[in-house]
Amino acid sequence: MITIQNYRKVEDLAEAYELNQKKANRIVGGMMWLRMSKGRVQTAIDLSGLGLDTIEEDEQEFRIGCMTTLRQLELHEGLQKYFGGAVRESVRHIVGTQFRNGATVGGSIFGRFGFSDVLTCFLAMDSYVELYQGGIVPLREFVQMERDRDILVRLIVKKDGRKAVCLSERACSTDFPILVCAVSISEGRVEVAIGARPMKAEVVTLAEMAEDQALAELTEDKIEELAEKAAESFRFGSNMRGSAQYRQHLAYVLVKRGLKKLWKEEA
Amino acid sequence: MEIQFILNGKKTTAEAADGTMLLLLLRSLGCYSVKCGCETTNCGLCTVWIDGVPSLSCSVLAARVEGKQVTTLEGLQEEAEEFAAFLAAEGAEQCGFCSPGFVMNVLAMVRELSDPTEEEIKEYLAGNLCRCTGYMGQLRAIKKYMSQKKENADMGKEGV
Amino acid sequence: MKYVNQAVPKVDSKALITGKPVYTDDLAPKDCLVVKVLRSPYAHALIQDIKMDTAMKVPGIVCILTYKDCPNKRFTMAGQTYPEPSPYDRLILDQRVRFVGDAVAIVAGETEEAVDRAMKMVKVTYEVLEPVLDFRSAKDNEVLVHPEDNWESLCPVGADNKRNLCASEENIHGDLEGTFAKCKYVVEETYHTKANQQAMMETFRTYTYMDVYGRLNVVSSTQVTFHVRRILATALDLPKSKIRVIKPRIGGGFGAKQTVVTEVYPALVTMKTGRAAKIVYTREESMIASSPRHEMEITVRVGADEQGIIKAMDVYTLSNTGAFGEHGPTTVGLSGHKSIPLYGNIEAFRFAFDVVYTNVMSAGAYRGYGATQGIFAVESAVDELAAKMGVSAMELREKNLVKEGQIMPAYYNEPANSCALDRCLARAKEMIGWDEKYPVRDMGNGKVRSVGAAMAMQGSGISGVDTGSVAIKVNDDGFYSLMIGASDMGTGCDTILAQMAADCLDCEMDQIIVSGVDTDVSPYDCGSYASSTTYVTGMAVVKTCEMLRKKIVERGAQYLEIPAEEAEFDGKKVVHLPSGKKISLKEIGNRVMCSSNDPLMASEASSSPISPPPFMAGIAEIELDKETGKVELIDYVAVVDCGTVVNPALARVQVEGGIAQGIGMALYEDVVYNKDGKNFSNSFMQYKIPTRLDVGTVRVEFESSYEPTGPFGAKSIGEIVINTPSPAIANAIYNASHVRLRELPMTAEKVYMGMQKLQKAEV
Repeated sequence: MITIQNYRKVEDLAEAYELNQKKANRIVGGMMWLRMSKGRVQTAIDLSGLGLDTIEEDEQEFRIGCMTTLRQLELHEGLQKYFGGAVRESVRHIVGTQFRNGATVGGSIFGRFGFSDVLTCFLAMDSYVELYQGGIVPLREFVQMERDRDILVRLIVKKDGRKAVCLSERACSTDFPILVCAVSISEGRVEVAIGARPMKAEVVTLAEMAEDQALAELTEDKIEELAEKAAESFRFGSNMRGSAQYRQHLAYVLVKRGLKKLWKEEA
Repeated sequence: MEIQFILNGKKTTAEAADGTMLLLLLRSLGCYSVKCGCETTNCGLCTVWIDGVPSLSCSVLAARVEGKQVTTLEGLQEEAEEFAAFLAAEGAEQCGFCSPGFVMNVLAMVRELSDPTEEEIKEYLAGNLCRCTGYMGQLRAIKKYMSQKKENADMGKEGV
Repeated sequence: MKYVNQAVPKVDSKALITGKPVYTDDLAPKDCLVVKVLRSPYAHALIQDIKMDTAMKVPGIVCILTYKDCPNKRFTMAGQTYPEPSPYDRLILDQRVRFVGDAVAIVAGETEEAVDRAMKMVKVTYEVLEPVLDFRSAKDNEVLVHPEDNWESLCPVGADNKRNLCASEENIHGDLEGTFAKCKYVVEETYHTKANQQAMMETFRTYTYMDVYGRLNVVSSTQVTFHVRRILATALDLPKSKIRVIKPRIGGGFGAKQTVVTEVYPALVTMKTGRAAKIVYTREESMIASSPRHEMEITVRVGADEQGIIKAMDVYTLSNTGAFGEHGPTTVGLSGHKSIPLYGNIEAFRFAFDVVYTNVMSAGAYRGYGATQGIFAVESAVDELAAKMGVSAMELREKNLVKEGQIMPAYYNEPANSCALDRCLARAKEMIGWDEKYPVRDMGNGKVRSVGAAMAMQGSGISGVDTGSVAIKVNDDGFYSLMIGASDMGTGCDTILAQMAADCLDCEMDQIIVSGVDTDVSPYDCGSYASSTTYVTGMAVVKTCEMLRKKIVERGAQYLEIPAEEAEFDGKKVVHLPSGKKISLKEIGNRVMCSSNDPLMASEASSSPISPPPFMAGIAEIELDKETGKVELIDYVAVVDCGTVVNPALARVQVEGGIAQGIGMALYEDVVYNKDGKNFSNSFMQYKIPTRLDVGTVRVEFESSYEPTGPFGAKSIGEIVINTPSPAIANAIYNASHVRLRELPMTAEKVYMGMQKLQKAEV
């Protein structure tokens, strides 16, 4: 269990950034996972006074403040409408309502946890993170970046017309996923993100279709082929929750189901 | 540090170390209904409301409730007793250790969801573990409690 | 009967549900020392040196105790009647540590922060030894878990510490091989059940203080209040008269708290310092250093003749007791004695077992207590036998299940005095719609739904051992004090015993004040375990009430100056039948308090030479995803014969709760160790128990029999309810996929791999 020496609710991001340059200090989100980690934090930096707990929506994008809770994501009508419930599906299995009332988007994304449903879901979308110093970085790049002392201010999700679906397999309903998978189709491009491999989520582009090629033109065979390709595109590992072999199989099944769902919805 | 907040409707000033978790602070202030069942956010026993939102007090820094309203079961005794009658009729409290956190979340749910389905009830309360009852009796109690509440509300309307 | 067989709310329900401070940690003195245990990082090691000088300098640290501070008197933490079958193999702290998490030192200080800091500064040097981690190779292994010379086994259970054996036995009845030779169909398979955590919501905890008489007072979350007194006296080398134990409300036990897990630590601190002290286990400690279910590997050979009569059964159990022998010799017995007798036509059986020590956490008592493991094996094997015979397992069960009046040779030759197992199975079958749903239906979406059944039995107390006593006194105004030594662990014995007393005494329940257990004042009771309270202590209530009624009549007659034989007590008054003269109980109660040489009270004890089994049938309906192997519970029906149902609401919740635990055990609960013996399942994050989204619908009914030796015809219910889910779900999985899983938990991956194997075999 972590121990915290000092608590500082900052006045602005500049103050937060300055404090965060010290290695012993930490920005705290919902503190759900952070509290369980080991070690000592000299100063816990709280961003909750900066109004970063809202989801803004306009014609182009969703801007999700880092202190927005997972429960807010779950209940946000615009997000559900635009992504066909994929975002809600990616968070609703996470522990419980009270947990999701505390856990933040910033914490979930910045942590780049292997088990993260949320990260996996947004990876399959045209998502960006807004970093205080680093500016706007595509989420898929951010996932690969080394952890540094910058601050994740917002998550930005573009409205690029994509359809998305999120699926997971779990031993029991609020456990970490054995595998989580998000599939999206936009402008003829099929993208698949897989998390809990158990390594952190990655995304691959499965197929480039002609721009005018409609989702409805997929066939059962084509879907199976794509799903197989997806399952082969990732590396999988073994842990308590499942073997690499089983995960690979689940990846195939979930990608297939995801594609079928999108295909059927289109038809 | 000094923390000022409203605890169960009363202005409260408490002294706590910066790193103190709300759960500990509340127990030290005599709110013994708030229980700790795990260290990993899984059990829901420590559920309290912060500005009306059900939260896991095990994971909230006490410092963060500065200026906020914190409600524990000690502050909801009347409602708790009302619901207790339904739960006890089913024998669904059994050991009772998870009851306070569970009741806090049930009462939050009743405020948040109107006329939830069985599945919605289960999902809302999934973060409240209980090892004694297998949950069925809790569900029966909730349904009866909610329909009683609805009946009372309808009667109230008719009265007007 | 006014109260018995009524769903009376628990007498303590309002306080519990509204969050009143009634549990151990709510009651501990605010200034008591905080006690924590420093634990071994190694599965097997000898402590060479413990440096604690810097740790002692942490402000607020009061004492750090090591094995050098503990009596070298071995004891067992198993809460059993003396002489305990569990070997005396423990010290409070030992120089040898035997599992990752074993106690190394006790640190006590003024605050939790101080203790946490000091714990990090205690420097221990270990001589790391090779551990025994595989229970299959533990027997006669050259590495000994308990090489010490003062290890002691008090009962003839076949234990031998020089062979890593905690117990070993063989029972044979009839001509085993001759009977098997007559069986046309025989199957033999091996089944493996894992350690499971009881995972009660309140972790282990205790506080202790010295009272005004200089005696050690212990307030503990325990199921075995009187045993705690005896065990502490042995462990601390104190006279029993110097110890008092009190049980407040407790947050669940399920057998976990039938082992004295935490009590010794603060007790030792209080003895050394004279200060009040408390220990509250973290969930992690409750997961890594507690008392989980014994892992067992059970080989079942079962045979049936041409006509489908199950005639012979051979059960061998290998049980893993871990680092210490708590409940090792006894749990294993139930794996055969409470599985084989489910079948009433058996002419010959063998039941043999070995219980071995290994370097993992000690096992203990968990609801079902070995019967759960044995019934998983036997009820799976019977389905396998049916498959081999080409008949439905339901038919095979109907033909062979034990019936009322039969003698059960594998159950110590006890008769099934009360047994509605046939009705339970018939009703369960009807409730689930077996005939329409068996074996499997294709749902047309890659998923299939199937059903699977299992039967179970348990006991009602330990025959010839368990003792419950009760005292009732009449107070002024004629209300009663019911004093019990049984330990209500949330299951409601304070309530149901009061229900029984109210009916026996023809009074309202609010006339009866129940006093929970305090070893200084309560009459003796062995505790709440082995499904004993309703049956054993319940009978003591009945006997006590009978005696008290007699005394009330006598006292009333005395006050009325009439012969007692001509008087009657109707619950409110004593009436002189010939004259109609009467005196109220209220007046009797008040007069007893003035110029009386005789208290108006009664106390009786009860023990039973038999342990009548409750019976039940459970049927699971599952949905199996043919692509992923995922099993989802759709519906579970349970029909139970617990004799007379004393409190239908509480009994029903017991059944529902037991089934939910059983579902967890069947599908994902698993204590996982790495190759060095480190326990990975150390939290609710890694050891998953079912949430309310995971249990489907559970439907419960009772098919009552009447147990002539039980109070109001009652038997037990607490444990049997966990026994059917694992075999019923295994059988349903087989019916859905032809995959036979013989190892728990039955994860989606195991089902999927099984289906893959079958597919490959077909090709």
